[in-house]
Amino acid sequence: MSTTSCANVSRARSLADQESLDSLVICRCEEVSRGEILAALETGVSSVSGVKRVTRAGMGLCQGQTCGRLVTSLVAETTGQRADQVEPLTARPPVRPVPMAVLARDRDETAMDGK
Amino acid sequence: MATSWDAVIIGAGVNGCAIAYNLAKRGLRVVILDKTDVCAQASGQNGGGVRQSARDPRELPLAMLSVSLFSSLAEELDQDVEYVQAGNLRLCTTSEQETAMRAAVAQQRVDFGLDVRYVDRGELEALNQHLAEWVVGASYCPTDGHANPLLTTYAFARKACELGAELRTGETVTRIRLSRGTVRSVVTDREVYSTGLVINAAGIGGRAVANMVGLDFPMTPVFTEVLVTEAREPMFAQMIGTASSDFYGHQTTHGSFVWGGFVGYETFLHDGHHGGTQRPNYPEVASAICRTVLRYFPGLGELNVIRTWGGLIAQVADKVPVLGPVPEVPGYISATGFSGHGFGIAPAVGRVIGQAVLGETPDVDLSPFTADRFGPVH
Ligand SMILES: Cc1cc2nc3c(=O)[nH]c(=O)nc-3n(C[C@H](O)[C@H](O)[C@H](O)COP(=O)(O)OP(=O)(O)OC[C@H]3O[C@@H](n4cnc5c(N)ncnc54)[C@H](O)[C@@H]3O)c2cc1C
Repeated sequence: MSTTSCANVSRARSLADQESLDSLVICRCEEVSRGEILAALETGVSSVSGVKRVTRAGMGLCQGQTCGRLVTSLVAETTGQRADQVEPLTARPPVRPVPMAVLARDRDETAMDGK
Repeated sequence: MATSWDAVIIGAGVNGCAIAYNLAKRGLRVVILDKTDVCAQASGQNGGGVRQSARDPRELPLAMLSVSLFSSLAEELDQDVEYVQAGNLRLCTTSEQETAMRAAVAQQRVDFGLDVRYVDRGELEALNQHLAEWVVGASYCPTDGHANPLLTTYAFARKACELGAELRTGETVTRIRLSRGTVRSVVTDREVYSTGLVINAAGIGGRAVANMVGLDFPMTPVFTEVLVTEAREPMFAQMIGTASSDFYGHQTTHGSFVWGGFVGYETFLHDGHHGGTQRPNYPEVASAICRTVLRYFPGLGELNVIRTWGGLIAQVADKVPVLGPVPEVPGYISATGFSGHGFGIAPAVGRVIGQAVLGETPDVDLSPFTADRFGPVH
């Protein structure tokens, strides 16, 4: 696991020089590019949660389940940490998107009848 | 040898960062210290409301100043903070609420010249087409609104740093050293910062920080929850609240809805068993929020909720902050205890605390916010 992430980091480093990669979409839900994430990391952001707050990467429908690891490796690369030392995004309910009307019905149906 | 700073700011929430910006702009050498990160606590969790209507009369002048500052904030900080000034509606559903709301609105207009009025069902429908039948009217304050608290906080932090401030995260303040009663240095788990000025912008940590200089005041963390939905095409732009204060929220620039609400026993939800800073999710709260919102906006039922989270309100006994210098402890300045409404007033707090630090007369009188209003400070 750590070998894989180290390989990823060095690969990312060597790719970092290629500017064309900046347009690569890292967070598909919110359409956040690698360039936007790196720009945030250059201006005072130093955590995965920070990247999310500033760029919206990981804030969308899948809540970072897809892009979380990619963002983590970019944070690791910029802050000089190992990827497994970087604090991941906080997981919060619901695990999958749930309609408001469904969530509203956590109680006995009959209790809802009176409004 | 300790480094020397003009001011040390404890807390990189929106208030600490706004204060840092104002001080850095005036040429002070400041450092912001945060035990976690920018936006790690309330400033990263709140509902983004920028509201004057129904504010405590002591706080309203600050809220009004803040609204005037928000108008030019994006330009000033070179960052779009998604500030939308489309008004605040406080919805009424009974004639009792309507009567009380009409009186409250008239009072705010007369006492403070606030542009706020009561709108009946007809006028309300022109403002918002999505309300349930039982809503009879609302207070409407067109200059209220909302902004993105994350972008706002980072914008203040970034601009402060551009102006020379330093931001250090992952560093916890453990002690404030006094010499003959005056602030001398701030001690963290890593370093000693020599300074004559320390600003307590530590949010719910603010009481512990006050204790470091021998002060105390009645403040306790109150747990509250928020949820966010998937994005929708723009439906309405107002900030929404209710006369019975059961929920609040708005549709963001991004299109998602942020809704916060109350189950009534928040004060007791937070057991304090985890060092007082844990933010678990309580399964009943998001459901309660959904039920309440849907009673007012029945058309939103199919909207997916994608995340729920908890936050802690730094609740002072009389629900307004402790703000300004404390004469008994020269060099110590308080900016904490915002009691659940410290985002909307942050630009004003940054400004008036900056003025107080520099020995100028603040734009807003800070006397309602003194540390000794609960009794002797020591
Ligand atoms: C769910 C929720 C909804 C809200 N909705 C609204 C709203 O709609 N409108 C509104 O105006 N307000 C709202 N609020 C209130 C608002 O979020 C807060 O008043 C405001 O963010 C406080 O900002 P702050 O900078 O004072 O503190 P915080 O953002 O709490 O920051 C304090 C910082 O201090 C740091 N710290 C603490 N102790 C130490 C220490 N010893 N050493 C180093 N660092 C330390 C913490 O890590 C933290 O980052 C809401 C609050 C919550 C919880």
